[in-house]
Amino acid sequence: MLRVDISKQLGEFSIEAAFTSEGRVTGLFGASGAGKTSLVNMIAGLLRPDRGVIALDGETLDDAAAGVHVPPHSRRIGYVFQDARLFPHLNVRQNLDYGRRMNRLVDDPAQRKRVTDLLDVGNLLDRRPGQLSGGERQRVALGRALLSKPRLLLLDEPLGSLDEGRKVEILPYFVRLRDEANVPMVYVSHDAAEMRQLATQIVMLRNGRVTALGGVKVLTAG
Amino acid sequence: MFELSPAEWTAIRLSLRVATVATLVATPLGIAAAWLLARRDFWGKPVVDAAIHLPLVLPPVVTGYLLLLTFGRRGLVGAWLADHLGIVFAFRWTGAALACGIMSFPLLVRPIRLSIEAVDLRLEQAAATLGAAPWRVFLTVTLPLALPGVLAGMVLGFAKAIGEFGATITFVSNIPGETQTISSAIYSLIQTPDGDAAALRLVAVSIVIAMSAMIASEWFARRATKRLHGN
Repeated sequence: MLRVDISKQLGEFSIEAAFTSEGRVTGLFGASGAGKTSLVNMIAGLLRPDRGVIALDGETLDDAAAGVHVPPHSRRIGYVFQDARLFPHLNVRQNLDYGRRMNRLVDDPAQRKRVTDLLDVGNLLDRRPGQLSGGERQRVALGRALLSKPRLLLLDEPLGSLDEGRKVEILPYFVRLRDEANVPMVYVSHDAAEMRQLATQIVMLRNGRVTALGGVKVLTAG
Repeated sequence: MFELSPAEWTAIRLSLRVATVATLVATPLGIAAAWLLARRDFWGKPVVDAAIHLPLVLPPVVTGYLLLLTFGRRGLVGAWLADHLGIVFAFRWTGAALACGIMSFPLLVRPIRLSIEAVDLRLEQAAATLGAAPWRVFLTVTLPLALPGVLAGMVLGFAKAIGEFGATITFVSNIPGETQTISSAIYSLIQTPDGDAAALRLVAVSIVIAMSAMIASEWFARRATKRLHGN
């Protein structure tokens, strides 16, 4: 279970958000500039809230009043960025293996095979990120995050940098991920159609404030 | 005509040794300094930045004299090092290496700093979310991506070290076989009657070394761009 109750001042803009989620896929929905990415960065630990608490499965990750801030590398929270951010000096295989090495996990060939099959990246392993298409890059980034065995997976507009044709190509992988991988996810998007297909619970954000919480039907109500 | 005498070979070998030692010792320090300047904000940063670049703008003879005052036998640091660790810099080749290391430090640091600055912070963030502690982010992402800049800095620093003259001759003098580098050998030869031919030979050697360094440094810089674009 993810519990967020924070506030953060970013220049002129402020975020004040509180919600808890237990769904398989929590959809963080809102227009661009609503504060979605900042909120996700706080969950990941890349940004520190001014006030409040972030807790995951009963473990406090942030508690501003108590001075608690677990650094990102100790959170075991996977993050798929809009712009993939694959390491350009490593090939796909090394990118996929990076999280396992950094977390000092034992090699798990079965898990690796499951993820590479799920995402169809088995034929890309020896390539460099520069030789991949946008969709391929995003799939590798997803695999890389999954293979670090996260407790929670953050997906920040993972289809945002892709054109319509590519989106249709990638979306099924996320559906498969939701149904087959046993990792709760926070999925960020401004696209209501994507949300309806993927999310099991919606947190609607506008101007840094939560305006609606609930099932996918809040999308139509809003 | 182009037959190098044993004395000239001695000067060339000494120059290479001095410049190699200076570069190898200065590189880890240079990486640390470059990282601090590129990635950290701290009180007194402009002063540290200026201090690193000082040898570039100070007259070399001033740097050499300051070294002599500090690291000479009766210098504050020099006396302590000699008494407690048995390390002597004054009038030794190690002193030449120290002078060359300090004089070439700004040239070494600059390309490394620029290449660290060019490493995308967002890649470092991604590494952190994958479980890499800050020092591992540095070793597995920042440093490999900045490596061509590190090599370019080393080449540039080496070239500067091998040509250093003013600070070296002020600090450790011009002793054949101990502190007489190519530059000070040329200086002596020009002042010797009939020394022109030998001086010219050493001049040719300097040009070859400098040109090779520049070409190598360019090559590393091109590699850097390629590496950052992931091909």
